Amino acid sequence: MNPAIIINITYIVSVVLFAIGLKMLSSPASARKGNLVSALGMLLAVIATLLTKGLTFQWILVGIVVGSLIGVAAAYFVAMTAMPEMVALLNGSGGLASVLVAWAVYHFAPNSDIFTTITIFLSVLVGGVTFTGSVIAWAKLSEKISGKPFLFAGQKIVNFLILGAILVCGIIYTMHPAANYPIFIGTVILSLILGVLAVVPIGGGDMPVVISLLNSYSGIAACFTGFVIQNTVLIVAGSLVGASGIILTQIMCKAMNRSLTNVLFSGFGSAVQKKGATVEGEIKPITAQDAYLILEAASSVVFVPGYGMAVAQAQHVVRELGELLEANGADVKYAVHPVAGRMPGHMNVLLAEANVPYDHLVDMDQINSNIASVDVALVIGANDVVNPAARHDEASPIYGMPIINVDQAKTVFVLKRSMRPGFAGIENELFYKENTRMLFGDAKESVQGLVAEFKSS
Amino acid sequence: MDPQTLIFLFFIFVLSIFLGVELISKVPSTLHTPLMSGSNAISGITLIGALVSAGTPHNQISTLLGTLAVVFATINVIGGYLVTDRMLAMFKKKAPGDKK
Repeated sequence: MNPAIIINITYIVSVVLFAIGLKMLSSPASARKGNLVSALGMLLAVIATLLTKGLTFQWILVGIVVGSLIGVAAAYFVAMTAMPEMVALLNGSGGLASVLVAWAVYHFAPNSDIFTTITIFLSVLVGGVTFTGSVIAWAKLSEKISGKPFLFAGQKIVNFLILGAILVCGIIYTMHPAANYPIFIGTVILSLILGVLAVVPIGGGDMPVVISLLNSYSGIAACFTGFVIQNTVLIVAGSLVGASGIILTQIMCKAMNRSLTNVLFSGFGSAVQKKGATVEGEIKPITAQDAYLILEAASSVVFVPGYGMAVAQAQHVVRELGELLEANGADVKYAVHPVAGRMPGHMNVLLAEANVPYDHLVDMDQINSNIASVDVALVIGANDVVNPAARHDEASPIYGMPIINVDQAKTVFVLKRSMRPGFAGIENELFYKENTRMLFGDAKESVQGLVAEFKSS
Repeated sequence: MDPQTLIFLFFIFVLSIFLGVELISKVPSTLHTPLMSGSNAISGITLIGALVSAGTPHNQISTLLGTLAVVFATINVIGGYLVTDRMLAMFKKKAPGDKK
């Protein structure tokens, strides 16, 4: 049989495996198998491609060996707490690959027809933005640069000017692709700059949205590359990823009650915003001993983790405390807000790492419907996602954001390093409530203290 | 590429977007991260294009660009799948008989 036909039939099989794999990723029981199914699809697509007539293998081999070594090392050595950075970097390398493929095609055949030329341009634009955007996201997440939004006067105008310049380059270049190599290089460079400028104004707490959006871009870039080389498997796989990224982005935006434009352009949390109503009441600190006495008598306990738990690496001691409480007869649940942490589902991964069974994890709606019967809610390193001002204070910047209503539990313990406000830079009236007790200190040490109390009794 | 090919590819593109939306719209939040890194690995499909660019002997610069693309796409694919697998291996239900 003609190798081209074998290749295309294999591509169909790959695409089906990708679709089935993604479907299986939507249930915890089948997710791991689903990932393998999709990896098998990728393997088949690669093998089929290597059957293409006239390929020489020396450089392919070099590339695959180098890439595999780096990929394997990265996947095994990354700490679970560093997962958001890792996902950002992987995203970036996918985007960069799209730029390079489009560039290689252009360099080889500069005089392509208009459609191919346009798709080369789009590949470079989306791939370039994905690459540098992801690198900036990585730098912010790993605190190589400040996670604070970086704003300057006329920022939006600058961004639009650059986008305009890219479009002008695109038009000139599409008219006479072969004669305009420098313009093409200009497009590459401007796209890379645009990626940087698009992500610097976005603050650390909005990273779940940015990461899902960049994930979507990397898919779209692959999809455009598929148009460039007229390859259906790239188009299908790329659009599947593009669609999944967009859906996750929407879920994240909804969880913050903000529009995508607001997340991308507002530089949320950058300046001291107009303050909501001033908070009254007094802070009531509590010692580990007293906290232990209340926990010991509690029959239902809910943990509410946030980014602070990831920073303090407290997930393992939290699980230990959870088990002690269960052994003590309490009903223990972990309530996870959709945007807690720095990427979608960040807390779930950390708790899974600490061996918390996933059926102990409940989402916001589930816990809110019976929060009043909870004896103790333990807030570990979460802040804005439990701020009651979101419910009633129209002046608050987070007004309207769905929150976990821990203030309605019988008792709330807040584990916090200091009284510093959360990412949004607003006071949290939860800390001043009648039923709230503050357990100050490093989250990990505080929980360890509680565990020690349980063990010594 | 002639207009007919373009239309054909566009047709596939539109349907795939719909397929993607249908496949993903109901994923529990527990799986958001694995879904993201798993689909991220799929976006490394650019590897297919990179392989052809690196393997077609046309000129040095194209081969160089293609080889670099193979490196980055492979990082994306291998890293993405492995890290997703590592995460999913941790997602466990409470083992029966493990009651304390």
